[in-house]
Amino acid sequence: MYKYIWLVPLLPLAGAAVNGIFGRRFRFSESLIGGIAVGTVALSFLISLTAVYSYGFGGVAQWPAPYVTTQAAFNWIPAGAVKQSLGQVENAGTITVANQAVTVANPRTSLLNIEWSYQLDPLSSVFMLIVTGVGLCIFVFATGYMHGETGFYRFFAYMGLFMFSMLVLVMGSNFVMMFVGWEGVGLCSYLLIGYYFNREEAANASRKAFITNRVGDFGFMLAIFAVIATFGTAQYTSVVTQAASYPVETLGHWGLMSWIALGLMIGACGKSAQFPLHVWLPDAMAGPTPVSALIHAATMVTAGLYMLTRTNVIFQHSQTMMLVVALVGAFTAIFAATIGITQNDIKKVLAYSTVSQLGFMFLACGVGAFVIGIFHVMTHAFFKALMFLGAGSVIHGMHHEQDMRKMGGLSKYMKYTYWTFLAGWLAICGIIPFSGFWSKDEILWNAASTTAIPLGWLVWLVGTIAATCTAFYMTRLMAMTFWGEERFRQHEHSMDHEGHAQKIEHPTAHHDPHVPHESPKSMWVPLVVLAILATIGGFVGISTAFTGGKEVGGRVNIVNWLNPVIWNKETGQFGKPEERLPPAEGARELSHEEGFNLAHSIEARLGSETATEWVFILISLIVAGIGIALGLLFYLKSPQLADIWAARLAPLYKASYNKYWIDEFYGLAITRRTMDLARGVFAFDSKVIDGGVNGSAWLTRLTSTITGLTDKYFVDGLVNAIANFVIRLASPIVRSAQTGLTQNYALMMVIGLLLAVALYFIRSS
Amino acid sequence: MINLASSLGLILQETGRAATALESIKHPDLSKFLVIAAILFIIGVAGVLTRRNLLVIFMSIELILNAANLNFIAFSRYLQDTGRGDPLAGQIFTVFVIVVAAAEAAIGLGIVIALYRNRETIWVDEIDLMKW
Repeated sequence: MYKYIWLVPLLPLAGAAVNGIFGRRFRFSESLIGGIAVGTVALSFLISLTAVYSYGFGGVAQWPAPYVTTQAAFNWIPAGAVKQSLGQVENAGTITVANQAVTVANPRTSLLNIEWSYQLDPLSSVFMLIVTGVGLCIFVFATGYMHGETGFYRFFAYMGLFMFSMLVLVMGSNFVMMFVGWEGVGLCSYLLIGYYFNREEAANASRKAFITNRVGDFGFMLAIFAVIATFGTAQYTSVVTQAASYPVETLGHWGLMSWIALGLMIGACGKSAQFPLHVWLPDAMAGPTPVSALIHAATMVTAGLYMLTRTNVIFQHSQTMMLVVALVGAFTAIFAATIGITQNDIKKVLAYSTVSQLGFMFLACGVGAFVIGIFHVMTHAFFKALMFLGAGSVIHGMHHEQDMRKMGGLSKYMKYTYWTFLAGWLAICGIIPFSGFWSKDEILWNAASTTAIPLGWLVWLVGTIAATCTAFYMTRLMAMTFWGEERFRQHEHSMDHEGHAQKIEHPTAHHDPHVPHESPKSMWVPLVVLAILATIGGFVGISTAFTGGKEVGGRVNIVNWLNPVIWNKETGQFGKPEERLPPAEGARELSHEEGFNLAHSIEARLGSETATEWVFILISLIVAGIGIALGLLFYLKSPQLADIWAARLAPLYKASYNKYWIDEFYGLAITRRTMDLARGVFAFDSKVIDGGVNGSAWLTRLTSTITGLTDKYFVDGLVNAIANFVIRLASPIVRSAQTGLTQNYALMMVIGLLLAVALYFIRSS
Repeated sequence: MINLASSLGLILQETGRAATALESIKHPDLSKFLVIAAILFIIGVAGVLTRRNLLVIFMSIELILNAANLNFIAFSRYLQDTGRGDPLAGQIFTVFVIVVAAAEAAIGLGIVIALYRNRETIWVDEIDLMKW
């Protein structure tokens, strides 16, 4: 069955094409457009599900080797021979020249042939399921949420195109296809953020997202070029096996693998909104809420994580870059979390929460726990999509009000939304047994016990504080939105507040517009599905502390599922050995040299790894509890406390509220300078270049004028003067012969005749 | 006249050169004709150059032409007598000249009439349109 995966990306594309091309011309009804879009995505999901099932559990011999499609595959770019200018010279060969052995540094060339084919392996299957499964929920939700919008067909055409691009990104069998998908999702993100293109804020946000992503794409492209120049191919299967044979570049050694990893990391930072390229994601909330849920929470922003895990062998070969990834992730996690505390727009809070959670995922990859990073991608996709859709439901119920200060007490009015949102809240806070707990706890445990990089304790500490902040701001969001006093009656309802400005006649508008209402069934059913996933989805990665130190469940356990993709530094092979080997001599020594390791120190005290894990689980739960307790205290129990503390910590509050002025800084340092540069270049062009051109034209004209005058007055004058002189001199003589009298002429003739005759006689005599 | 002829005949016979004289009448001396033709030509040219009346100039041109004709005839006879060359060529040429002269006279007189109608004069010194 898994041989039909090539249909998975094509179906949403077909749906998008039908909707986009015919939706407007033939005035498709909303149900038809929605049916096409949801139907194609649902079909994709079913195919993915059966494909993954048959691949992983169908007893086929393929597992865990990647399956690269041959159906519907073609040679996309037959580039011919390329010289591999980078990387190891494998064997300096000896050849015979004129009976003498000559050693040559073997110049490697290979036939670069970039194919268009899809790859099914543990990693891409996880992403396929997330993208199509969560995508399906969001598509269904969107049919309700976007009801009555003008451009309904356009929305679903873009969404289908997005699904196609995202699936190409995660299913492509080589870096170039990943790049195609990468750019495709970037384009769809741009189109969908700017869906309300008549609002300047949305148009600006879409441009900002696109341009910021360009910075990252630049790094990604350089990395792709470097990969091709090094390995002579872009196919993952070939690249990862070749890269595995390269020596590990330890901390402080900066080599080829580090360069490639740096380029990839820049790309990942752009797409996954990591500091310092995170600025576009909060602004991207100007798009419709389903877009925020699908693109800017569940799928597209995790593309960076996909890339990191796909190229984990390259990253693991560069300890420096691993540390960079971990530190960037940790910093982004706490940085975005502290901003999230003070935002008042419900979607902005969720956006910063997304940035923060993506930071957690990078953190996980940085400490070497790529599997856990992907696990968090999955659980995050569940609960964050749920929360975004919940927020969409709230916005819908509040008649397009996004300011949390004008909400409160909504639990009474929106039962389904409230209860599902509650599940998402508990999941993101990390309360056992909701999905977020399992992944986040594993991340922090891996950070504390990492041997891949030094400073694991610092990363753990930052991550733990960020987790506290996460619990705090999410509790704040819950309290301000669903609990507490009902504030929506106090404010005059204004349609054109910063949120959605479209004047749409809702079918529910006939009752009191101040009272929120529950959303239609098409919106809360996906919420329920996602809530169930957010609740129980984490059990696929259940902590080994609960299972006696073993990964149980066979391939259902995500750790066992994904391990074949991950390169093991200690064994130098892909995948984890079945029984835990004693660590290689060098590896342990390396980790000892790396200084303080929190988990190992505690383990040394307690004498048991499982006990140590339990310590960290308890710490996670305690900090989550502290965050929640503080949130409840500040925003539910005694709301005046929030303002008091905001006043007490005024500088911090202002910094957080203004997002640390990063946007302003970029505006000042980059945007304005770019504009200055543009103006400078324009001035140079208009003054110097144009001046040069105009100057040479002026010079030419001047020369021609001078030449013209010389010709007119000097040359012509000379000619005329000579002619006049000749006329004056000769004409009296010559014209006196011309009497006009016939007889004179006749006389001349006679004289001439006489002369001729006389001459004749003289000569002949 | 009879007297003159008879007396001329007598003179010739008497002078004893009668045969010679007869011979000279039968075969006249070329140079005399040439002299007469030259005189005629001179008169014609002088007429052309000096007379102001266009008609008279035409007449003078006729004289020039006839001087030429006379030469042709004289040479024709001369050649006939001496037996060298073709004696008829000169005569034929003379006929041609006469024809051409007639045509020339016709055209010339036409021009004169046209000129007179336009300028009311046929005096050539008043016709100086060809002056520079």
